[in-house]
Amino acid sequence: MSDKITLLDPTSELQPPERALLPRLQSLQGKTVGLLDISKPRGREFLDEVEKQLLALGLDIKVNRYSKPTFTRVAPVALNQQISVECDAVIEGLAD
Amino acid sequence: MRLQQTDSVEAPIASRLAPTGGGQFSYELYVKKDCPTCQLAEPAFLTLHDRFGERLRVYSQDDPGFPSSISSTIDDTALEHSFRNHIEIVPTLIRRGGGQPDALIYGWDKTQWQDFTGIAELGADLPAFRPGCGSKTHDPGVHEQLQLRFGQSKLKARHLLVDDEEDLMEACYDRGWTDGLPVVPPTPLRVLKMLNATDRAADEIIGIVPPDRVPCSIEKVAINAVMAGCRPEYFPVVLATVEAALMDAFCMHGLLCTTYFSSPVVIVNGPVAKLIGMNSGINALGQGNRANATIGRALQLLIRNVGGGKPGGIDRATLGNPGKYTFCFSEDESEPTWNSLAMDQGFSRGDSVVNLFAGDGVQPISDQRSRTPESLIGSIALSLRSVCHNKLFLTADALLILCHEHRRIFMEAGWSKQDVRTALFDALRTPGAEIVRGAGGIAEGMPESMREKMVNKFRDNGLHILCAGGRAGFFSAIVSGWAASGERGSQLVSTKVRDT
Repeated sequence: MSDKITLLDPTSELQPPERALLPRLQSLQGKTVGLLDISKPRGREFLDEVEKQLLALGLDIKVNRYSKPTFTRVAPVALNQQISVECDAVIEGLAD
Repeated sequence: MRLQQTDSVEAPIASRLAPTGGGQFSYELYVKKDCPTCQLAEPAFLTLHDRFGERLRVYSQDDPGFPSSISSTIDDTALEHSFRNHIEIVPTLIRRGGGQPDALIYGWDKTQWQDFTGIAELGADLPAFRPGCGSKTHDPGVHEQLQLRFGQSKLKARHLLVDDEEDLMEACYDRGWTDGLPVVPPTPLRVLKMLNATDRAADEIIGIVPPDRVPCSIEKVAINAVMAGCRPEYFPVVLATVEAALMDAFCMHGLLCTTYFSSPVVIVNGPVAKLIGMNSGINALGQGNRANATIGRALQLLIRNVGGGKPGGIDRATLGNPGKYTFCFSEDESEPTWNSLAMDQGFSRGDSVVNLFAGDGVQPISDQRSRTPESLIGSIALSLRSVCHNKLFLTADALLILCHEHRRIFMEAGWSKQDVRTALFDALRTPGAEIVRGAGGIAEGMPESMREKMVNKFRDNGLHILCAGGRAGFFSAIVSGWAASGERGSQLVSTKVRDT
């Protein structure tokens, strides 16, 4: 069990202390969406369905498929970098 | 309540002590085993214990078994009692009650202890005088820890809890607090040490920080100074730097928003620069000196974190410049006949002053051939003409940082700084026909209305001359100013450093 270390907030405290999310996309029109299979059973089937529904939106979406070597570890840095360069958004299949 | 006591362990003052009266006193004795005077006076402590019984409480700072002859010693190794009673020296004997004001003595002065306790034979076999030792509450770094543990906290900033398994550096990055380089995690202990370097209240508002126009407390400045890597003794200079940046004449808001290169350049004058070990010599504008590096960075982090000014957000610089991490140095004031930048701004040589200039990067003036002031003026003027653009005049101010070798040429010829400035102004006056738009086949330039005029390169007060750098090398420097210099934008501002 870990203890906590206190840091004092250096900001104006106008924002909540939680880490901010990156700005969300306003539209998927013309965007590239990555589908990341974390390599759990039936993740591929789930993401196949997600891909089908994305393409059915008629928004000129390009879909890239990726997979982690194993769900037991965090994604390799190289895979993260590849997705960040090639995609505007990513959907990760977490459950089996 | 803090009892009156002197700062010196050498000279306890008996004259301020209240006389013993007929009332019933109680006593508190603070000792530590690692104090030769406490060990020497142990027989006297035992006498006090025998005489006063439960009216005497003995607190041991380092060993509850000391004094070994007294079994009821109270364990104060946590130092709470010592801290709450502001003990600075051991042994200290506090006397309370008896219808008298509380009083204390410290160290060992036999006559004084006898008078204070009313025991004429106290310590009769002991030497007449021995100074005490420092209280453990004042061991290095301990006092701030005790302030956090037992004192009334003056830290009002939001406390964020981070798992100790998390990398604190990464936690700071993740929260967007850094300029891209690692920061020192702002723990309460570090911030308290920073705040203790000034007498100013932690919740005092030092000013309104752009671009979000947020009221900024001294505490927030301290947090960012910690993150920048400042030592506490730099803090008065950091505070002066922030005060200067928030002066209306400096126009920090516009400076942050501009697409131009400029950013605050901090120049420190006066005794404080030496006190905190700033570099005005070899590589003065470069890396390697902690005070130079961190004071400028503290301002940048404050603007980012408190003001909300981040690149790509309100900071719209097209290219920026490396000085936006930090750009801070002190002036070489080793020549008593040569006025410093602060003196040009109306301060005295003995004043500690922070000057802020909205400047860009460093442009070299390499002249290793000139040996007369006239040649050197021509040489420097040629380089100064390129400030902002060779055909843009009266647009950007500039710092001219003379190296030692170049300044020596002027000084040996009997030239003052004002002589240099006047000569440069004259050398830079240019026929408007050369610099109007279209002249030389170049669209950029001054308005056509200036074609028939002689035009100054700099506005009055727009060229600031100072000195820095190593003793060897005929290499002076220009720091170009913001293209919105002067009253319409930013002017060089200066303010005294307090608390030194």
